[in-house]
Amino acid sequence: MQLFKNTNYDFLGKKWPFIIASLVLSVAGFASIAIQGGLRMGIDFKGGALMTVKFAYPPPLDKIRGAFSKSGKIKGDVSVQDFRDPQAKNEVEIGTELVEEKQLNVNRQAMEEVLAATFAQPGSGKLDFSNTGEDALAGRLRDALARANVPMSEPQLQKLTKDILGFRDTPPRSGIITDFNQLSSVPGVNSAIINTLQQECYLAPYHVLQTQMVGPKVGADLRNKAVYATLYALGGMLVYIAFRFEWIYGLGAVIACFHDTLITIGLFSIFHEEISMTVIAALLTLVGYSMNDTIVIFDRIRENLKFSRREPLEAVMNRAVNQTLSRTIMTSGLTFLTVIALFIWGGPVLHGFSFALVCGIIVGTYSSVFVASPIVLFWHNYTDKRPKAAAAGTTVRRGEASAPKTPAKAAK
Amino acid sequence: MKKNLTARSVIIVVTMLICVFGIIGFPKSGAELVNNFNQNIRLGLDLKGGSHLLLEIQVQQAVKADADQTSDRLKEDLRKQNISWASMDVTPADIPSVTDADSIALNIKGVPPTQTSAFRSLVAERYPSYILTAVNSTDYTMKLKPTDLLDVKTDTVKRAVDTIGNRIDQLGLAEKSVQQYGQAGSKYEVLVQLPGVDDPARAKELIGTAAVLEICDVKEGPFPSREGALAQKGGILPLGTRLVKSKPRGTGEGEQWYLVSKTPVITGREMRNARAGQDEFRKWETNFNLSQEGGRRFGRYTEANIGNRLAVVLDNQIVSVATIQSKIEDSGRITGLGSEDEAVDLSRYLRSGSLPAGVQYLEERSIGPSLGADSIHQGIIAGIAGLVAVIVVMLVYYKRSGVNAVLALALNTVILLAAVSYFHAVLTLPGIAGIILTIGMAVDSNVLIFERIREELRTGKSVIAAVDTGFSKAWWTIVDTHVTTVVSCAFLFLFGEGPVRGFAVTLVIGLIANVFTAVFVSKTIFDYELSHTRQLQELSI
Repeated sequence: MQLFKNTNYDFLGKKWPFIIASLVLSVAGFASIAIQGGLRMGIDFKGGALMTVKFAYPPPLDKIRGAFSKSGKIKGDVSVQDFRDPQAKNEVEIGTELVEEKQLNVNRQAMEEVLAATFAQPGSGKLDFSNTGEDALAGRLRDALARANVPMSEPQLQKLTKDILGFRDTPPRSGIITDFNQLSSVPGVNSAIINTLQQECYLAPYHVLQTQMVGPKVGADLRNKAVYATLYALGGMLVYIAFRFEWIYGLGAVIACFHDTLITIGLFSIFHEEISMTVIAALLTLVGYSMNDTIVIFDRIRENLKFSRREPLEAVMNRAVNQTLSRTIMTSGLTFLTVIALFIWGGPVLHGFSFALVCGIIVGTYSSVFVASPIVLFWHNYTDKRPKAAAAGTTVRRGEASAPKTPAKAAK
Repeated sequence: MKKNLTARSVIIVVTMLICVFGIIGFPKSGAELVNNFNQNIRLGLDLKGGSHLLLEIQVQQAVKADADQTSDRLKEDLRKQNISWASMDVTPADIPSVTDADSIALNIKGVPPTQTSAFRSLVAERYPSYILTAVNSTDYTMKLKPTDLLDVKTDTVKRAVDTIGNRIDQLGLAEKSVQQYGQAGSKYEVLVQLPGVDDPARAKELIGTAAVLEICDVKEGPFPSREGALAQKGGILPLGTRLVKSKPRGTGEGEQWYLVSKTPVITGREMRNARAGQDEFRKWETNFNLSQEGGRRFGRYTEANIGNRLAVVLDNQIVSVATIQSKIEDSGRITGLGSEDEAVDLSRYLRSGSLPAGVQYLEERSIGPSLGADSIHQGIIAGIAGLVAVIVVMLVYYKRSGVNAVLALALNTVILLAAVSYFHAVLTLPGIAGIILTIGMAVDSNVLIFERIREELRTGKSVIAAVDTGFSKAWWTIVDTHVTTVVSCAFLFLFGEGPVRGFAVTLVIGLIANVFTAVFVSKTIFDYELSHTRQLQELSI
């Protein structure tokens, strides 16, 4: 099976529609960023405190918001929102804004306390099973089981707590069980233990998945790192390509990469996606990947140029693109398949990352043909025209066919 | 040609075996296989759960404490030499950030001009680490010399790292790391990574946010409340004292407040060791050891204060009040403790509670184990989906040569995992994404080669010639495309942390392994197939 056998599309002849499309997309991206007053930044760059909480039922956003605004312990705005990924069921993100470190720590602590006060039973003396750890659970069970005359050695107890919590944490429960009887399938758990658990613990309706806190110092640090990494990577690649090809090819490739990055960021803004450190990683990977495509085409152009110096550059480029078309589509297609798999099944944590890759691969592929190559073409046409104009001056000009040579020279 | 083939096949098989060993060892059972796998492939914090804490040691507190103690010593020295002065204080009073450390100075006002030379020679002799500057004819400022200031700061951070490490040890974690962090200019940061800790609150409690240990002179007390104490003293506290609350012990004891001296006799910096023990009457006590310098100072103090009380203050709360029975130098004991628990707790506070300065949390990422399990689950599903899609497409489009590519891909993944295991690299969720991405990109090299082979076949070359040319022409393009992504990842590795680094590592290893598998291994497989038939008319590609 072969697609794209001996194709002969005039890619470079039809470059203008695509260049215009690129410009339109870029402008749309910028407009979106301008309208929204900037990009949506993840906690890495924005700073603040963020708590991801999973509820046993669809989370009551208004109740949560109300609880936080009524509590006086947190200084600054508190945002409560649903997770955007379909795989994150009943999950909520509670965030406080960026303040200096001391207050930030206070806020972070207060978030947990307010949540517990609203939904859990902090004063009851029982242990919150949904949010406890191995040590705390083992500590509770040790005494309680001894009192209930259930024999349990220390290693047995450690293994038991580990298994019980392991059961709680694996999908599909993922941190929340609704009834202690669900634990009966855990090895070593019998009715006596379930009874003890019911006496000593309660099941809070929420489970804290993760807590993140990024202070202003670290936020600024991460922002700088993201910028440096991007600049250095682009610079490094420019050097490498300039070394392997003519410098204008390097410039064309880098401009194409810039174009890819800008459009992808614009798409992030249009679709209200968040930018985090892993998204920057995805963008840099894209840069490398887009370079790949561009290099493959440039390689071919260089190879073809060796054999056909007389042909106009545009025709040579066209042929190179057509020759590599099969490979380009296949590779992009295959990488796209893996990236789509990541986007659909990869989960909420990788959401931004896979979105960047999905957009980037599409944009990156077409930019190699419709941005990088035309730039080289434009440059060569521009630099080739000047010697041609100089030569024209010495020959006879069309309108003055009968005029003698000297006035023509003077007119030049 | 044939010898070459055997040699190359051997290399490939041996590499395979080494890699498989690196991943799962020599398992004798299914359970052992899983066990070995889990041990060899280390999971990052975002997959295993745990806490990542970046704290900043408030070195300015140590510098100020040093200045405070110097101030006391200087006062004593001036008294002994009969040099008078009007006032002495340490500025600035408020030191919220580490940069304030550089501006801490001791101000002495009102030294009579007649005693200037005596004063100057006293300071030069007894306080060589300070620079004395005259503000005017009677006022002076003393500041630590830059090298000494730097020493205090670095020493403080080093001791904090040790102390925090000790405290974390009590959590009983197998894998943990406490290390100094940050480039020049911000060398006061400490990174604490606690994999598998499912209770960040407890970890932070153990590390303590501002646990500073001091042993202070008790002036008066106990008072039942702060207001009561103030009332008794007429509303103002005497110079150089402060009110400190006593940490309540269990229930049934009300609050107790003591009036203690502001400057401690001994701080955590001088505390070397402490342990619980029993005296000759089987009563519980806590034994402690001080540094030599601390011992000397403590000796002078206790000798002059027999019968008075001193308080052990931790985090601005009194944990114990004891009466000085005799002169104590560098080893002493605190007796009269109620129970073993009390003695053990106190020894723990003294021993590990001696952070030389407070800490402030700059960054925290605490991930519960359930999120990690979810992430792994999702990552695996996405990986399998991507892999299946790629395999199907390769087989359909390139037919039997597709099998070639799939084999190379399988070996690529095995090498990648083995490298992660051998380099003790940490697998993070972006790292898993990197592996999935490697699958897509690795196939690129095969596609390049196969397309080239197809082209060569179209120009009418023989099968063997087409295969050879295809590989050789595609070689430099493969190198070029890999180098650019590797360059990207190198910078990601340099500037990224944790999860992002994990991604860069897996992608780079995957790509480098790919150069080996896509070229060397694929070619060997082709050559093997071709060597079996004399004249191959058609290649299934």
